[in-house]
Amino acid sequence: MDFVNQLQRKFIDYSSSLHREGIVDDQFTQLRKLEDENSPHFVMEVASLFFEDCEKLINNMAIALEQKQGVDFKQIDECIHQLKGSSSSIGAMRVKNACIAFRSFSGAQNREGCLRCLQQLSHEYSLLKNKLQTLFRVSVASRCLYVCLVIFCRENEPAEPFPDVLVFQLEKQIVAAGGSIPRVH
Amino acid sequence: MGKGCWLLLVGVILSCKIPGVCLKLRWKRKNEPAPLQPATQQLQLLLQQKQQQQLDQSPPKGAGKWRKKLLTVFVLLGILTSIWLFWHLNQKIILRREHTLANMCDERARMLQDQFNVSMNHVHALAILVSTFHHGKHPSAIDQKTFGEYTERTAFERPLTSGVAYALKVLHSEREQFEKQHGWTIKKMETEDQTLVQDCLTENLDPAPIKDEYAPVIFSQETVSHIVSIDMMSGQQDLENILRARATGKGVLTSPFKLLKSNHLGVVLTFAVYNKDLPPDAIPEQRTEATVGYLGASYDVPSLVEKLLHQLASKQTIVVNVYDTTNASAPISMYGTDITDTGLLHVSSLDFGDPLRKHEMHCRFKQKPPLPWMAINASVGVLVITLLVGHIFHAAICRIAKVENDCREMMELKARAEAADVAKSQFLATVSHEIRTPMNGVLGMLKMLMDTDLDAIQRDYAETAHASGKDLISLINEVLDQAKIESGRLELEDVPFDLRNLLDSILSLSSDKSNDKGIESAVYVSDRVPEVVVGDPGRFRQIITNLVGNSIKFTQDKGHIFVSVHLVDEMKGTSDVGDKVLQQGLNLVQDMSSKTYNTLSGFPVVDRWRSWENFKMLNGKDAKDDPEKIRLLVTVEDTGVGIRLDAQDQIFTPFVQADSSTSRHYGGTGIGLSISKHLVELMHGEIGFVSEPGVGSTFSFTGAFGKGEVSSLDSKWKQYDPVVSEFQGLGALIIDNRSIRAEVTKYHLRRLGISVDITSSLESACTYVSSFFTTSAFAHLAMILIDKDVWNQETVLQLRSLLEQHRKNCKLNVSTNLPKIFLLGTSMSPVERSKLKTSGFVDNVLMKPLRLSVLIACFQEALGGTKGKVRGKKMSTLGSLLREKRILVVDDNKVNRRVAEGALKKYGAIVTCVERGHDALNKLKPPHTFDACFMDLQMPEMDGFEATRQIRSAESEVNEKLASGEASIEMYGNVSHWHIPILAMTADVIQATYEKCLKCGMDDYVSKPFEEEQLYLAVARFFESGL
Repeated sequence: MDFVNQLQRKFIDYSSSLHREGIVDDQFTQLRKLEDENSPHFVMEVASLFFEDCEKLINNMAIALEQKQGVDFKQIDECIHQLKGSSSSIGAMRVKNACIAFRSFSGAQNREGCLRCLQQLSHEYSLLKNKLQTLFRVSVASRCLYVCLVIFCRENEPAEPFPDVLVFQLEKQIVAAGGSIPRVH
Repeated sequence: MGKGCWLLLVGVILSCKIPGVCLKLRWKRKNEPAPLQPATQQLQLLLQQKQQQQLDQSPPKGAGKWRKKLLTVFVLLGILTSIWLFWHLNQKIILRREHTLANMCDERARMLQDQFNVSMNHVHALAILVSTFHHGKHPSAIDQKTFGEYTERTAFERPLTSGVAYALKVLHSEREQFEKQHGWTIKKMETEDQTLVQDCLTENLDPAPIKDEYAPVIFSQETVSHIVSIDMMSGQQDLENILRARATGKGVLTSPFKLLKSNHLGVVLTFAVYNKDLPPDAIPEQRTEATVGYLGASYDVPSLVEKLLHQLASKQTIVVNVYDTTNASAPISMYGTDITDTGLLHVSSLDFGDPLRKHEMHCRFKQKPPLPWMAINASVGVLVITLLVGHIFHAAICRIAKVENDCREMMELKARAEAADVAKSQFLATVSHEIRTPMNGVLGMLKMLMDTDLDAIQRDYAETAHASGKDLISLINEVLDQAKIESGRLELEDVPFDLRNLLDSILSLSSDKSNDKGIESAVYVSDRVPEVVVGDPGRFRQIITNLVGNSIKFTQDKGHIFVSVHLVDEMKGTSDVGDKVLQQGLNLVQDMSSKTYNTLSGFPVVDRWRSWENFKMLNGKDAKDDPEKIRLLVTVEDTGVGIRLDAQDQIFTPFVQADSSTSRHYGGTGIGLSISKHLVELMHGEIGFVSEPGVGSTFSFTGAFGKGEVSSLDSKWKQYDPVVSEFQGLGALIIDNRSIRAEVTKYHLRRLGISVDITSSLESACTYVSSFFTTSAFAHLAMILIDKDVWNQETVLQLRSLLEQHRKNCKLNVSTNLPKIFLLGTSMSPVERSKLKTSGFVDNVLMKPLRLSVLIACFQEALGGTKGKVRGKKMSTLGSLLREKRILVVDDNKVNRRVAEGALKKYGAIVTCVERGHDALNKLKPPHTFDACFMDLQMPEMDGFEATRQIRSAESEVNEKLASGEASIEMYGNVSHWHIPILAMTADVIQATYEKCLKCGMDDYVSKPFEEEQLYLAVARFFESGL
């Protein structure tokens, strides 16, 4: 069990470090709470939607800013609004803050400032992506390990690769048997 | 004077000339490019220039310069006009003068000439007479006597002659005979030069020297009889005259000379007398041959002219001189005094009939011309008027320039003020946003903490922290709204709220401070005040928080702060005050003599009745009495330092504190009371106070509120509802030596439905308990609350044993029915409390200020069993509210969409997502099966506002059809009235957005990302009734 505990601690540490560094905020925690057996990968799903969206928007803005003959600030403003909305929805605080700064520059039609902000934004974005992907990996790993261990201990299920639905089912059974599932937050 | 004027004019012209020249140059330059452009282009150019000028911030200066130039031109024109006028008038005057002079002169000359000619004709006639009657007759018909007589008598015809004489032509050969015949010798004149003055005495004269011929005077007028016998040819002038006369046959004149004897300047006119009629073309030799004598007449020119001038009017005005100008280089003056040059001179030529002699008349005015006053006046007048008008215009231009300048400055200031205003609101928006974000973190964490397993005390702490955080946010909003008060834009809300809960939370917020200071704080609400009132809870809270905050600040580690709420109606009749707390306030005055006062803490307080004695509402001056409205009187009483009497007048003035040292001692800005006053006035109330230094202060205010329905609130109360019903019907005993404090405790317990008895000491409590053992009332007695002031371990033990004994006696179940004992304390350390608890003296310690949540938690814990019920209730409520509800989420951002979907699904809702406003329109066209719609505001193509508007219009169309019976209900899913709740999802939850949401037909809004409680509150409004 030690190994699992370690992994779990690592996961919790990692998750709280994300909070501490301001990469994610309360909303992210809220999102995690929304995960249940019906949508076990809710956060990951939303995050991948976000990444997709984000990459597209950043790309669009980069192209728009490259335009030699007049930058379409209205388009940039729309992109930024979108990005701000989605980043605040998943609780990506630093990305959101970068968006706010960006928006003030695009409002002032300051191309230099916009370019700087775009750079900052893509930096924050890649940081977030990195961190979240690590987090997901740790999360999945810890869950799997835990369930493995439980299964190993109880010896009532065959040792197979674990689809997530199965993991949740297992967890449910654990709860039913009086055990407790460590929550990830 | 005239010169001075001219100098002034010249000076003015010179000073104006330089700018004038510049002006002209600029005119040219400015006008040059203008004609090149067509009119429209010019207009555009002008507009551009204007804009450019506005950018340069100096548009009116150009206009001002133009005006100044125009003015300069005007003044210059005025000056030139006045100069021209002067010149013109002066010229006219001079011309008229010349004309006058010429007229007068010519008139005089003509008259003189005429008279002279008349005289000459007469002399000529005389010559013919002599020729006829002297030479034509033999013997002669004329002798000296006849001649003298005749000439004397006809002298009136020759007014200008002083005398006439006839001289005979005598050849030398005839001299002797002639002398003999007449009896005298021919005499010669004294000197040849007749221009010299001569003495004229015939006797003294020498006989004439021998010459070829002589012309001795034979006849003469009486006046010149002295020249008889004088040879006229001996005088130079006369000789010339005689020679010329006989050669020409006409009258000839001498040059002027002094006449014999009279010594007057005169001329002599000589006519030759011929012995026969000569043809007019006779040659001089023939005439000389035919000559027999000469008739001469002397003209006395000065007297002649004098006489003439006398006849004429206005002789005073001019001076006349007559000259003989035969010799042009040396004219001989014939008449007139010395010449003084008076400027004008007119010369008229005189023709006296002698072609060889030329005469002229010179006329002058006697006086020099007077100054042309008329011209001077007129021109100076014009000049003065011009300058005055110029001055007026200059002043006006200066004024205009100044006003324009001011206006521009104002515009600039206005622009700056507007910019500052925009910056301010931006700043406020940003700041509020920035503060909200970390606060959301704090609140979220607290919320999470509250979701964990906590015991009641911990839960209370967490809830207090959460509530405080929320209050902080609302306070921030209040601070932002503060400016609105000043600008009068503050509007009060009308929402139902639980007054008692509100007061509880205010007190709990300030309880930290008051407990630290050892001050007891309590709140009391009269029974007659309804549970739910309609008003602005935020503002109400703000006022009370402010007053309570002040009280805490100024109360030093003794005494109490007491907030009480009554109906205004309760105060109106002092005689039948039913409320005990109020009564005690009244009795206070009477009990002053006793050692401790019957107040919350035993310290003296001021008479609170005096704080509202000036209220119009109470004195019945305010007649209007709306039955729908209730008027509350809130009193905040403290035992603080009080307000100095001299500072009491200005306590409500902003930024004024009672003492300049106040802010040093106690801090604060001094705006709180002023804001409170404004807020109270907005609530149609009044605020007043009474304060005594060293005793304390009591602030009172009134406010009008609406009566609210209990069901209209989904407050905390609901959360406690099952718990509260649990306490319903229980009994409690309060042991407190201060009745007012006991009354406050009673009030709180009564809120839980617990019936209360009060005793003033432990001893009486024991007797009370023992006396009631047998009654049924004891069965209900569930708790005994003992105040710290009457705490006494031994007596409590005694009480306990009494109870134990009773239980044994009645053989009751151990677990039930034994009343629990609680201690009410103000300031106790946790250690002290746990010691008491563990030692078994009391079941729990209740910390003041009392509030419902604390009481419930404590009682639950002590009475056991129901713990944990409270928790999670809300969650399940939200779940039950949304379960199986069909909800449409409209958002263009797919991440947001997914999150909203996930959140709502968690509560069991069936969620459908659409991306665009149009899709939402299609989905929500009646009939549909959705129960609610969450709408994003900012979307491309059709935003949330527009989509909502269209949905609403579609709904109202259907509703109209249904109402008019055009469509049957069955067609629209058996729903008689279509109105889908639409909730806006927005990130900025500012008032303006909210108002806009409501305006376009939305029902409410939820902040994005979803916050559980807010979501619950918003959704509950629509689904609760359906539960």
